[in-house]
Amino acid sequence: MAQEPNAKIVINKVRKVFKGHDGKETVALNGVDLTIYENEFVCVVGPSGCGKTTLLNIIAGLENATEGEITLNGEKIIGPGNDRGVIFQQYALFPWLTVRKNIEFGLSTLMKKCVTTVRNEKTGQQEEKVTYRRYTKEEKHQLSDKYMKMVALTEFADSYPKELSGGMKQRVAIARGYAIAPQVLLMDEPFGALDAQTRAQLQEDLLKTWEQDKKTCFFITHDVEEAVLLASRVVIMSARPGRVKEIVPIDLPYPRNQATKLLPEFNEYKNRIWENVYQEYLEVKK
Amino acid sequence: MFNTHAHPQAKPRKLKDFSEGSRTVRTITMILSVLGGIALWTLLSMLPGVGSILAGPQDIIEKALPELLNDGATGEFERMLLLKHIYWSSRRVLGGWAVAFLAAVPVAFLMGWYKTFRNVVDPWIQFFRTIPPIALIPMVILLMGTGEKAKITVIFVTSFLVMTVTVYQGVKNIDMTLVKAAYTFGLSDFSIFYRVVIPYSFPFILTAARLGVSTALTTLIAAEMTGTFYGLGSMIQTAQIYFRMDKVILGIICIGVIGFILDRLLLLAEKRLTRWQ
Repeated sequence: MAQEPNAKIVINKVRKVFKGHDGKETVALNGVDLTIYENEFVCVVGPSGCGKTTLLNIIAGLENATEGEITLNGEKIIGPGNDRGVIFQQYALFPWLTVRKNIEFGLSTLMKKCVTTVRNEKTGQQEEKVTYRRYTKEEKHQLSDKYMKMVALTEFADSYPKELSGGMKQRVAIARGYAIAPQVLLMDEPFGALDAQTRAQLQEDLLKTWEQDKKTCFFITHDVEEAVLLASRVVIMSARPGRVKEIVPIDLPYPRNQATKLLPEFNEYKNRIWENVYQEYLEVKK
Repeated sequence: MFNTHAHPQAKPRKLKDFSEGSRTVRTITMILSVLGGIALWTLLSMLPGVGSILAGPQDIIEKALPELLNDGATGEFERMLLLKHIYWSSRRVLGGWAVAFLAAVPVAFLMGWYKTFRNVVDPWIQFFRTIPPIALIPMVILLMGTGEKAKITVIFVTSFLVMTVTVYQGVKNIDMTLVKAAYTFGLSDFSIFYRVVIPYSFPFILTAARLGVSTALTTLIAAEMTGTFYGLGSMIQTAQIYFRMDKVILGIICIGVIGFILDRLLLLAEKRLTRWQ
């Protein structure tokens, strides 16, 4: 019996209006409704300017919705926080920190849950007591070791970002996002600036990582093939003003890899979604 | 046959070598430049008309140095006077500059982070920045007298303004994606300050420090010319009255060397501290 999935992020009638310097209003999002469930990998595709990034920024708390609201675990999102890990297209690594220090960057604000068993004086029973404390230097070191290994960058622990290729930088960013163990990972076209080979490699890496540790992922891309390969559900957004046009569940079994792209079902999904996105693109051109 | 080039084409030319070149060649060229400069100076000072104004190296070694670096045995000249001049001038430059640096960095950061603070402070900084330091001297003397405090104050004001503006440029240019990333990790304002904004603007801070030193030196000489016994500025001023051009040139050389040494030290710190760039 399959368990009823838990709603992780609920996007409720979100509207976003930007005001230009001349006072002209642009509606970027016009009533977006979407529920993202625990442990699912949601990819959002849509023509450029459909408000994909704006939606991600609102979930991240980096922008405010003009109307409507977004909740995470039932709590309204009012600003950025480390319950949501954000991976930016431009990597956003701190150039003055080494790979290891970049990965450890977010650990300073993280609280470690410690469970100790104590005897209750009144009842005489053993009870579990939960306390929170900061990570020690050694624990941070162990965690960065673990996540560097995950993205296969252990030998670059002491390198600075400028010494890394684009693909390696994005792997560091992914490791940094995972390291803070967020409730959800928000990724804004993370592979958009990479060449085709690196991109394919990183897609596989991300799939492998996600299959090991099924974080709830919200992934934005303009590449339909990438969306079908990664996602358990693909959300198609309409041209500006952005709305959810269609949601396509991808019933391809995990683990997936580049060979998945050869399956006939894969191409069916891809063509169907692509046609849908292309229609929206034509809308924009009009 | 068709001529595929409808218009005359620019002749292809070789790309210039934009690299720094070999280290040895660079060092040798620099040494030759310095020696060449000294040779030219010597030759010019030997010309009959020019020599009386432009004292040559010989005059400095034979006249100025023995006078200024004597052991005081004859009682005619004060003992090691040049070292005293250098000591007092350096003290003023370093004092005024250090206080200005410590003040400029936080002010620039506050300007970058808080709109209101910026809007209040900025017009005043822009206003005072254009005023030559000498114009401030009469007021400073009236307020603080002619002692050390007055000199350090003038140096402080000018180098503070230069450094604040430079550091502020760095803070203003910060990559907002990095600040946003820091927010997503749940950092407080203060943590974002010292973990993101300060490291990011570090190259600007060091550039500001170097600019501050040269401004401090320039201002110092102006400040000392208003009256003090010890100091390279007053040494030049006094030498001018007695038409001792050898002493004037020696003073100029000393100031240049002090500036050069301080600049090199800061450059060394910059290379050390911004290796990630």
